[in-house]
Amino acid sequence: MNTEELLYCDTHEWVFVSEQDGQKIATVGISAFAVEQLTDLVYMELPSVGAAVTAGEEFGEVESVKAVSPLYSPVTGQVTMVNDGLPDNLDVLNTDPYNAGWIMKVAISQDLPNNLLDHAAYQRQCGEAS
Amino acid sequence: MDDAASQPEPLAETATALFSWHVEQGARMVDFAGWQMPIQYTSIVQEHEATRNNVTLFDVSHMGRLRFNGHGAGMLLDRLLTRQVSDMPVGQVRYSLICNHDGGILDDVLVYHLETPSGTRYFLLVVNASNRDKILNWIAAQWPDEAAVELCDRTLETSMLAIQGPHAIATVSPLLSTNIANLKYFNAKVTNQMNKPCIVSRTGYTGEDGVELILREDQTIHILQNILASGRQFGITPAGLGARDTLRLEAAMPLYGHELDEKITPLEAGLAFAISWTNTNGDTRDFIGCEALTEIKHNGQQRQRIGLLIDGKRVGREGYAVLANGQEVGMITSGTFSPTLQRPIAMAYVEQQFAELGQILEVDIRGTSVPATVSNLPFYKRTK
Repeated sequence: MNTEELLYCDTHEWVFVSEQDGQKIATVGISAFAVEQLTDLVYMELPSVGAAVTAGEEFGEVESVKAVSPLYSPVTGQVTMVNDGLPDNLDVLNTDPYNAGWIMKVAISQDLPNNLLDHAAYQRQCGEAS
Repeated sequence: MDDAASQPEPLAETATALFSWHVEQGARMVDFAGWQMPIQYTSIVQEHEATRNNVTLFDVSHMGRLRFNGHGAGMLLDRLLTRQVSDMPVGQVRYSLICNHDGGILDDVLVYHLETPSGTRYFLLVVNASNRDKILNWIAAQWPDEAAVELCDRTLETSMLAIQGPHAIATVSPLLSTNIANLKYFNAKVTNQMNKPCIVSRTGYTGEDGVELILREDQTIHILQNILASGRQFGITPAGLGARDTLRLEAAMPLYGHELDEKITPLEAGLAFAISWTNTNGDTRDFIGCEALTEIKHNGQQRQRIGLLIDGKRVGREGYAVLANGQEVGMITSGTFSPTLQRPIAMAYVEQQFAELGQILEVDIRGTSVPATVSNLPFYKRTK
């Protein structure tokens, strides 16, 4: 993924939207900034395939030695795929959070929420946070 | 809107002598008991493993350091502390508790009996940062009418550094005018570093071998640079409060505000070793809390501190309920993912009948019941 083409939640999830057979598919992950802030990841809970997710609502969680953090969905729709191997290999999130570290794919059923950030706006937010 | 005037002033955050140095090292700083302290420099796990395998340096200057001068000091401390300390030879350190009259724990402390180079003997009490004001007030309220004792709060005039790990002694030894290779565990000495006085003790809060140094505040940066230079051959790195917490949890050392508070007794906490019921003559001791504790000892306690090994990878955290057959029987006070054991560990208080080793309980992890086994403490013990 080219990070400049992604959209971001202010809660540090990224989303990439593509189209397959007329259906919009969102690929969702968490940003390198989020991984760096969390550090020492130990556990991730994925949603089930077929589960409904809602933009702005929790779809899973990621846990570090220090704390547990909810994951928020950037989109509304139905989960079509999850990255099954990820919870047993969380180090991928350190090395490749935007490709091998994807978390779920969602068949989008509603327009994208208008509060998603583009790359420049997200970078600004991270700059202010750090 | 005019309430502001009647509200208490927020506690001013205090910075240790190393505040700027921590920030330069890229530490994430947090407020801890009113002090700006480093939580981590790189990663908690890296700093944890560096302590277990090499050597790390912790700034623990936030801990309170109270000096008791005068020949009445031992008698006053014997009354305040659950453990007799007036019999301590010079150079010894003891872990003790300060209890209220109900036997609840006001603080857990280290007591040092020391002697200055000119031969003056005194006691030093190292108290938790979060309890320093409370303990100063408590001591003032217990102050005897004709006390031949003087109390000096030395916290702001001194710093405290912990050097911990298998290479700690080799790191610090060349810097001091005392041979610390012979300094026994829980012993301390007033010594010199570059002709400046400092106190060295073979103590720590990590479960590793190591020392803690107490030095003049204005010498801190200087000594820090010497320690870093001396430890470079071992790859010394700084470590923050995050690693300090995971290290002490593996070593099953209680943390005030978590395993210890004013509603918990030393007996429930498994700290009976820190109570001297009788003095060296065999007579019953009269320390604050002894009546309540004697009664509890006689009648039995309701709950006990235990260790839990939790199945899976999710961490059982402070405040999570511990269940037996679906019924709540206790609560976790500290939990983390153990970097050494590579699994979630926790300390908890449970009702007495569920505290047996090997007992299978459950932890309610955000709505899911996860099996957990009552385990021996500590979770980690270093090989000597």
